[in-house]
Amino acid sequence: MTRAAQWEVVIGLETHAQLQTRSKIFSGSSIAFGAEPNVQASAVDIALPGVLPVLNREAVVCAIKFGLAVGATIAPRSVFARKNYFYPDLPKGYQISQFEIPVVSGGGLAIRLGAGDTASEKFVHLTRAHLEEDAGKSLHEDFHGRTGIDLNRAGTPLLEIVTEPDMRSSAEAVAYARALHALVQWIGICDGNMQEGSFRCDANVSVRRPGEPLGTRREIKNLNSFRFMQQAIDFEVQWQIAEIEEGRAIRQATVLFDPDTGETRSMRTKEDAHDYRYFPDPDLLPLEIKADWIDEVKSGLPELPQAMQQRFQSELGLSPYDAAALTASREMAAYFEAALESAGRENAKPVANWIMGELSARLNKEGLEIAAAPLSAPQLAGIVRRIADNTISNKIARDVFDALWAGDGKDADAVISARGWKQITDTGAIEALVDEVLAANQKSVDEYRAGKEKAVNALVGQAMKATRGKANPQQVTDLLKKKLGA
Amino acid sequence: MSLNLEDVSRIALLSRIELSAAERASTRDQLNDILGFIEQLQAVDTAGIEPMAHAVDVVQRLRADVVTETDRRADFQAVAPETEAGLYLVPRVVE
Repeated sequence: MTRAAQWEVVIGLETHAQLQTRSKIFSGSSIAFGAEPNVQASAVDIALPGVLPVLNREAVVCAIKFGLAVGATIAPRSVFARKNYFYPDLPKGYQISQFEIPVVSGGGLAIRLGAGDTASEKFVHLTRAHLEEDAGKSLHEDFHGRTGIDLNRAGTPLLEIVTEPDMRSSAEAVAYARALHALVQWIGICDGNMQEGSFRCDANVSVRRPGEPLGTRREIKNLNSFRFMQQAIDFEVQWQIAEIEEGRAIRQATVLFDPDTGETRSMRTKEDAHDYRYFPDPDLLPLEIKADWIDEVKSGLPELPQAMQQRFQSELGLSPYDAAALTASREMAAYFEAALESAGRENAKPVANWIMGELSARLNKEGLEIAAAPLSAPQLAGIVRRIADNTISNKIARDVFDALWAGDGKDADAVISARGWKQITDTGAIEALVDEVLAANQKSVDEYRAGKEKAVNALVGQAMKATRGKANPQQVTDLLKKKLGA
Repeated sequence: MSLNLEDVSRIALLSRIELSAAERASTRDQLNDILGFIEQLQAVDTAGIEPMAHAVDVVQRLRADVVTETDRRADFQAVAPETEAGLYLVPRVVE
């Protein structure tokens, strides 16, 4: 039995998604990124005496959207609480959060693991999602032994999304984080920018022998890339297994991942952990969300990726893998649907293939988002239509794609006619071509007749070369075989 | 339930309040008095009554998502003990 098989990994994730509002959760300060230090920190944000928080309606709308998107319960009445801890980036001495009654509870997210025949699906349950405010930033360098505090970020609205300990590997944790990352952008509540800290994850990791109760967990804080998440969890799991196998108990702790060393190291242990002394914030009344408000938000939600995937499979006959890839983002799905409308539903599969293949590869190479693709969805559809009606071969189609990408021509038809790339499908012309090729390549003909079937490929190649790719390869192959067999 | 001196020291530490030995003792007595009041309250049968999160039975008013604050950094920092490059400076925080 391998070492991995003797241990079960248990992971739960907590994600802080910064909500896409204009102003802060409890004050009218801007939350725009990149401002000069402390110019977006109002009297409320820096906690001057006598100020009072007033809740931003849009932050609540974001929470309702999220609750609806994950099939959760939205509390008709939820409560804000003070989470007390002493740290200079939190000048009030407490963070306003939610504790006993969060705005969202339950629900979950389906994730896909692997690809092709080995692909599987799994449902990750959510415990809760609650609204809270972000803290400011501490800058430790270069202030003559002092710490610099920037409170622009203090009071930025966050939705903290907490899962059940449902994940069993770093791959599952990353798949969940990616699905969540896509979803919050899809419903327009978070910009997903991980570099700017708009989407950050903490991973609670423990190991146990299968069937045993949960082991003691350690929490890896502030994972701001999927790659680091994978590395950090893998390292942490190996570390915990080694500790236990060497007879040491795991102590509950908060750890940080160091990308330079690829290791996790302890920040603080349970003994000196905070006692947050949560209590309902007397400055804020309970948040009431009535059913008609939820209905109103619901009517404004876009079709969700899960529903769209099912539609692509049932109505267009796409595979679950294709359906998932095409709904990776709302922009991707919109491009596909626009191309499909122009190409016709019977071309769903080739349109999907072109988007996931040539187009994605090119976007990747040039570092572009699909919304910025130089080739429009109707232009792509035009290429697919001309392959479908045998006007061009797949090979020529790639040249048409290049031309349209570069802006040479308004659509596939214009490029094909301007360059004389129309496929030769005229039987008489192809027959003459095939005769020519047979006469000029006696060696290949002999080889084929001697039983080497692959020799026909060389002959097809010669015919394609002679027509600079314009002959229909299938027609050429069929005719060659017919003549060689005769 | 009652608190001992050790509990009081711990709460003082979490609250970042410095207490002398005499203050610790008087704080312990005061806190225990408060806990005594709470015990009286707990003697009331509240079965079937939904707990309130606030003394006033009204709900939260919401604010439109509009930026209403302007930059007042200069005013705020004029009364701060120490600033540099727009930052508030505080004793070094070590993690």
